Amino acid sequence: MSETQSAAGGQPGRAFWRGYRDCAPFILIVVPFSMLFGVVARDAGLDVVQTMTMAVLVIAGASQFTAVALLQDQAPVFVALAAALVVNLRMAMYSAALVPHLGHAPLGMRALMAYLMVDQAFAVAVRTYEDEPAMARSEKVAYYMGCMMLICPMWYLFTLVGALAGNLVPPVLELDFAAPVCFIALSAPLLRSAAHVVAAGVSVAAAILFHGLPWNLGLFAAALAAMVAGAQTELWLKRRRAAA
Amino acid sequence: MIDTGDFWLLTILLGIGTFLIRFSFLGFLGGRELPDWLLLHLRYVGISVFPALVTPMLLWPAATGGQTDWIRVAAGAIAFAAGMKISVIGAILAGMGAFYGLRLLETLL
Repeated sequence: MSETQSAAGGQPGRAFWRGYRDCAPFILIVVPFSMLFGVVARDAGLDVVQTMTMAVLVIAGASQFTAVALLQDQAPVFVALAAALVVNLRMAMYSAALVPHLGHAPLGMRALMAYLMVDQAFAVAVRTYEDEPAMARSEKVAYYMGCMMLICPMWYLFTLVGALAGNLVPPVLELDFAAPVCFIALSAPLLRSAAHVVAAGVSVAAAILFHGLPWNLGLFAAALAAMVAGAQTELWLKRRRAAA
Repeated sequence: MIDTGDFWLLTILLGIGTFLIRFSFLGFLGGRELPDWLLLHLRYVGISVFPALVTPMLLWPAATGGQTDWIRVAAGAIAFAAGMKISVIGAILAGMGAFYGLRLLETLL
């Protein structure tokens, strides 16, 4: 885009709206998925205030579904809590991956960005940062906030719609399928090099292999294995190119 | 029924815990320089996490009680192809479209 202008302070305003636009396709995912949470939570016996409090405090769909399902099955609170937290542990990896790009921001801003950290914004933002190393620091922060300013209000709003509409959403719609489609749509643009393809392949294979692990730990094991595989492939390709 | 006290205890602790997970590195490491070997691995976080999340969702969906549903697998493959060939929005539309299309076909046949 504007490499020449972005060297010093850049144009945070423009970066914000770019993030907003770049994340726009995920509205198609956030709307059905958050609505589904509203419906499921009401079905489980939560009232509208409870449903909304959880959506606003947690903003992490998969863990919210896990927590509600376990509570409904009369699991002890701390078992439900642990299971839901493990689902969110992947975000510690996002948090680390964002340090080189956003770590310079003031503490309050970092806390706000942490609260707003969701899969879509993380994936879209990091892809853009890597595509455009010339982006100014202030632009990176603005871009991230732009991504989130679209996703989060929709998350709240359509959780509310789901919670209020409840039974009007027929279960045959199988809205849960929005989740895998979302992660597929996030993955495809990340396959930018042979090393990324290797990482994705290892991730799928290891997820199948480690599926039996308790506590959702298979996801972790698979992600770590894939990260090492991707990094090692990148190093190996570099060495081979240097030797040639 | 979900016990009200249980619900609030869980929600508040889950909110705090989730925030701390998200805040962890970004919050506590802040502007510190990370070593090269770590930066190298961190570039692969997204592409290492997402496929591992999707795979069990497609193969053993909770919605079907863990039974493999070939319509979901096929629609996932179509979404991926569209994501590679077209765009993010193409992947979403093709994936959801294929899913509902194949379901409709299934009920008609």
